[in-house]
Amino acid sequence: MSGAIKAKHQRLVLVLIALAALIGAGLLAAWSLRSQASFFYLPAEMAAKPPEPDRAVRLGGMVEAGSLKTDPDGVTIRFVVGDGKARIPVMFKGIVPDLFKENSGVVAEGKRAADGTFVADNLLAKHDEKYVPREMKEMTEAQARQTVEVTK
Amino acid sequence: MHGYANPARFLRLARILTGPFLIAGIALSLAAAAWGLFGAPAERLQGDSVRILFIHVPAAWLGMGGWTAIALASMAELVWRHPLAGIAARAIALPGAVFALLCLVTGSLWGRPAWGTWWVWDGRLTSMLVLFFLYCAYIALADAANRDGENGSRLPAIFGLVGAVNIPIIHYSVLWWNSLHQPPSISMGKSEMAPAFLYGLLAATIGFSLIFGAVVLMRMRAILANAQAEARLRRRAMEAVDV
Repeated sequence: MSGAIKAKHQRLVLVLIALAALIGAGLLAAWSLRSQASFFYLPAEMAAKPPEPDRAVRLGGMVEAGSLKTDPDGVTIRFVVGDGKARIPVMFKGIVPDLFKENSGVVAEGKRAADGTFVADNLLAKHDEKYVPREMKEMTEAQARQTVEVTK
Repeated sequence: MHGYANPARFLRLARILTGPFLIAGIALSLAAAAWGLFGAPAERLQGDSVRILFIHVPAAWLGMGGWTAIALASMAELVWRHPLAGIAARAIALPGAVFALLCLVTGSLWGRPAWGTWWVWDGRLTSMLVLFFLYCAYIALADAANRDGENGSRLPAIFGLVGAVNIPIIHYSVLWWNSLHQPPSISMGKSEMAPAFLYGLLAATIGFSLIFGAVVLMRMRAILANAQAEARLRRRAMEAVDV
């Protein structure tokens, strides 16, 4: 009987060591992937290390309030993507997703032009983690937060 | 726990629990679906497309919870050699895979109106797809190993533990890396979700979980019954040879 218990403990220790090694390996892999596995560049990253003009990259951030403008041709739009540290002007020609608006998240796929403008050939809308009913939209930010707080 | 090492005792309990789990689960899920379709308000940005939340999120949680359960059962199998652990893990794999797939499909349908795309290779979506593939591999491996008899559950158990590495990666993918998928709305006693969405989501999650549990119990009973029938056939064949 004591032999059986010992074997059981030995297996437990072995499995725990294997698990610790696995989790360590997983964390290491995730850490080394931290820049490669990101889906887009933030404006600050793009400003600090601009990609070559011909490389297809993604730029993600907030559409700055008041920056969205439509060119006279009616289909080309220009706006500024910011993250609080850097601002990058973006140009896009085409149909925007429904959730694309100012003060909201966006991921632009395209290339950096020589003059520093980001020329997007596709726009994806990125929304935040807040889920608020339409009727609550008119509330101020503080009121909404309070209402959300109640659900804690 | 080893009290239920005796399959007869486990079967007695499983037989009692299966029906109530299934009925309560279906009732709660239908109620949550009705709330999602007719009761819940439209979201401020997403409008009516937010209603798919009540299927997508519970499916994602159960897809991840299923593999967590497989990992725990695998541990019980490897360390304590619990006779039901391998059977439980095999029973969990199929509904787990179905929920992971449901999460991917509903997420894709939701992504088109919300983000403007059916699919992107960001950290969250990719790691969830990997989870679905892990389930498929686990099912194939467990079936193949089961045919090998006695020691057949050792290899799937190791795979079940190794695959668990993906679960924290799915969870943290939206925090570690920039992704198109938004960060979690609900975390450690904090919710960024209005009550109208949150409570419906909780009801749907409990309902889905009960259905999950009922399916697992049914599958475990089926696996045990199969093994019993096979053993009986083998015994009869031996007797026939002896005569």
